[in-house]
Amino acid sequence: METSKTCQNKKYISCYLTSDRKRLGFTVIIAALTCIFSCSASAENISPVAQQGEYVARAADCAACHTLPGHDQFSGGLPFDLPFGTIFSSNISPDRDHGIGRYTESQFSQAVRQGIRADGAPLYPAMPYPSYARMTDADIHALYIYFTTTVRPSPETPPASTATWPLSMRWPLHVWQAFFVPSAEQARKSTARFTEDDMLARGAYLVEGPGHCGACHTPRAMTLQEKALTAQESAVFLSGGNSVDGWTPTSLRGENRTGLGRWSEVDIVGFLRNGRTARGSVFGGMTSAIVHGTQYLNDKDLSSIAHFLKSLPACDKDQPPWQYSPTETIALHNGDTSARGARLYADRCAACHRTDGYAYPTTFPPLAGNPVVMNPAPDSLIQIVLAGSTLPAMRSSPTTFVMPGFGKTMTDQQVADVVSFIRASWGNDTGPISKENVRRLRKFQSKIISHTQIPLN
Amino acid sequence: MATITRKSVNVVIVGGGWAGSIMAKELTEAGQHVVMLERGAERSTAVDGAYPTSLDELEGNFRFKIFQKLQKTTVTIRNNITQTALPYRQLAAFLPGEGVGGAGLHWSGVHLRIAPDDLAMRSTVIAKYGKSFIPDGMNLQDYGVTYAELEPFFDKAEKVFGTSGEAYTVNGKIVGKGNAFAPDRSDDFPLPPLKDVTGAHLFRKAAEAVGYHPYSIPAANASRQYTNTYGAQMGPCNFCGYCSGYACYMYSKASPNVNILPALRNNPLFEIRPNATVLHVNLDSTKSRATGVTYLDDKGDKIIQPAELVILAAFQFNNVHLMLVSGIGSPYDPVANTGVVGRNFVYQNISTTTAWMDPSVYTNQFIGTGGGGVAFDDFNSENFDHGPLGFIGGSPVWVNQAGVKAIAAAKAGGPPGTPRWGSAWKSEMIDTYTHAVRMDAHGSNMAYRDVFLDLDPTWKDAFGRPLLRMTFDWKENDIRMNRYVVGKIEAVTKAMGARRTHLGMKEFGQPFDTRFYQTTHLGGGAVMGDDPKSSALNRYLQCWDVSNVFVIGSNAFPQGTGYNPTGMVAALAYWSAHHIRMTYLKNPGPLVPV
Repeated sequence: METSKTCQNKKYISCYLTSDRKRLGFTVIIAALTCIFSCSASAENISPVAQQGEYVARAADCAACHTLPGHDQFSGGLPFDLPFGTIFSSNISPDRDHGIGRYTESQFSQAVRQGIRADGAPLYPAMPYPSYARMTDADIHALYIYFTTTVRPSPETPPASTATWPLSMRWPLHVWQAFFVPSAEQARKSTARFTEDDMLARGAYLVEGPGHCGACHTPRAMTLQEKALTAQESAVFLSGGNSVDGWTPTSLRGENRTGLGRWSEVDIVGFLRNGRTARGSVFGGMTSAIVHGTQYLNDKDLSSIAHFLKSLPACDKDQPPWQYSPTETIALHNGDTSARGARLYADRCAACHRTDGYAYPTTFPPLAGNPVVMNPAPDSLIQIVLAGSTLPAMRSSPTTFVMPGFGKTMTDQQVADVVSFIRASWGNDTGPISKENVRRLRKFQSKIISHTQIPLN
Repeated sequence: MATITRKSVNVVIVGGGWAGSIMAKELTEAGQHVVMLERGAERSTAVDGAYPTSLDELEGNFRFKIFQKLQKTTVTIRNNITQTALPYRQLAAFLPGEGVGGAGLHWSGVHLRIAPDDLAMRSTVIAKYGKSFIPDGMNLQDYGVTYAELEPFFDKAEKVFGTSGEAYTVNGKIVGKGNAFAPDRSDDFPLPPLKDVTGAHLFRKAAEAVGYHPYSIPAANASRQYTNTYGAQMGPCNFCGYCSGYACYMYSKASPNVNILPALRNNPLFEIRPNATVLHVNLDSTKSRATGVTYLDDKGDKIIQPAELVILAAFQFNNVHLMLVSGIGSPYDPVANTGVVGRNFVYQNISTTTAWMDPSVYTNQFIGTGGGGVAFDDFNSENFDHGPLGFIGGSPVWVNQAGVKAIAAAKAGGPPGTPRWGSAWKSEMIDTYTHAVRMDAHGSNMAYRDVFLDLDPTWKDAFGRPLLRMTFDWKENDIRMNRYVVGKIEAVTKAMGARRTHLGMKEFGQPFDTRFYQTTHLGGGAVMGDDPKSSALNRYLQCWDVSNVFVIGSNAFPQGTGYNPTGMVAALAYWSAHHIRMTYLKNPGPLVPV
């Protein structure tokens, strides 16, 4: 068992790893918003295998990185800002010259599960092939049929990588892959370890395999590989990831305060389907995972995911259970705003989130007892205060809710004050933050605010 | 400027407000391909209701951000047939909306059903008081539809709007302290009533003490968070007072944008085209069948949109205007007393009474809800004996504190006779804003032969069409009604313990004045009924003369009622849609034989 030192949420992680997986910036959220209505391939007249493939593509959330708003479906082009330059997701439509139209099924499988292109070059691990390695042959086959027979070929060419030699060389990735990418066979075996509980087995498959939840929610080592790819390897699996674009993925394990300890399976299913539950609403990078992916999964699969996640014990076992404390509520009701940030909270936040911090779920998410609020890393909370957040419409919950951003009307000090108040109120026990915490996150704001798509309700 | 003919669709809907959105939802459910044309822009809570910047009284209530811009088209107004009408160039007396959501985005939220007697006012008055009771020149009419027929659609609309209220009876059983005069309901309100603000609380107690029957005004301002029948969600109202004239940042005021359009926008059968100004409905050579509409898009191109069914769901007078410029139905001529389009144009008859409470009572007028409050209906509709009074109509009386904001409070100042500036103005204004309770007599306005809408012979809009002309003035019957009901308020303010009361009432001989806001509750002009000689639409809101045109809105009211129109408009929209779905689509043609 790993010690709590490696549980991601135990200490504040100050380094921003920009070279891992997705650039989960606002572009993705906007992609999500516009694609929800335009990207769903019609299921008319397509074969059952292709339909299955479409379902797998959603479970694997291919569109989040490979479909951009205003562009053809799966034509790529999502930028990933890495220290050595910007790379772009590739066109995976079946166009013979610009996409994967010339791929055989085994080349396709090799790319998805091992990160090896048809020409033998290694793919950047922004593509979560260490997780996809676990996908079954049947799913890979269905995915191949879907991409080659149903998706429309697109001649769009994503921009070329801006990396320059020698950093543009891909061959060192072979070495990385040799160390950190399991063979497909080995990976499938380790994920197919549950034989008696069908739901656990299915849940583990979806989470560790196509769902690639660990790509964001498992901490990464200095060498950028996920510290564990499966639940059986280590309790750091899904214990909370490194910051990506200023968003800090939370633990999906059983921590009482910072994980899913107080979430029920019903909460998790509702969250993955609607992006909103009594416990909280989706924001940041997870938004695209729900918009493109999980909202399309059937009840059984969502329940299996929830069942599996709820089977993961806390990594950080030392958290005292969260219990609501009315101290701040009583003070605010008495007009006492002497606590740091209390006055700002009453003026800017309480209209929707209430003075008692319970808010009005599922309309406006609660702050009292919310694992995101109690995450030692304040990044997500600061980002939401600065830039606001959009909870997009889902198939079964058509309402979009928008929280306004306060980045233009509040100083770094004010944001730090109000975030500190939220982190310390109603039984939340997380420490204060400084204006430097806020200043560092302002750099992500240009990306987040510069959106043109506005939710229309 | 090109002329482009678009691909034909099943249904074209003119107007993106409540009526249009309800029709679009219903008809897409019936498998129809629907295109909705809205002359204004898209609207978004994220922008128009941005918090806190949208809470701007100057922008919202004085620069009319989400209301109609009058530069391109307006109406002309005169008081009587001997005058020359002039264009309404600045918004004041009434405030039509513009943009997706229409008036349904800027409304307050009062969501009432209709008094059953109001639906059959002519029959009721004749039965109770005899035909001679109806004054000369008053065009008193029945709607041609009964409350029992409309009840399921009132119920349906309330569940879509997330209406907060307290019922009196449900299925004949008394269930709560709702309006004792209200007709029976098939189900309770979807949400409990909003809480009383101080003024409403005092008014409720006093009205009860006097012997009246106070009730919570049904309001489409959600008292709790709510998910409606379409899965659309509302937040709970926090009494911020920014309802009328604003997009609600809490998502708690019902609007087409929040309550219906989210369930339509991802439907491939539905398309909304903003910035599309419909110029006229196109008719075939027989003039008995519409072939579609012609509109201008934002590039200035003229678009012909063919359709099998045309739904006019614009604002009341725009529906009438479109019928007149398109040649649908015969235009009303008040002199010859012929024709129906433009006939029975009505308004609403409102006056405000103010009571000043003891200085120890703070009425907090800055908080409020657009639709919430306390009313009594003892002097509304036929709830009281008009025999000895000699007038027709009535008023609910209410405290409907919708949030008095700073500029409005300063403009209102103190009681009549207070100086308009200086220290006396200041102290009276502060006293009034801090301690006063305002209550309205929100009365009906009857229809008259010489009050009507027609096309102006002189003035044209930016598109070359004649402007619609309003000929309107207050009439003795309605002024007497107002003065009678307002007189009844005095006992209430006394029981409230008011130290001073100003009874606001209409004065005889005071003409309709367009410079002051009264209400946007305009009605009639293309009314529903059983007789093609006195109504433009049959009881299903279908044009008598052009059976594939339905006209939905308060234009269908044969005369005014004491209630706000939106509840009735929504119920009529669902009623009409139901009959289009059940009967018309299977067998297109007149739903009532002519």
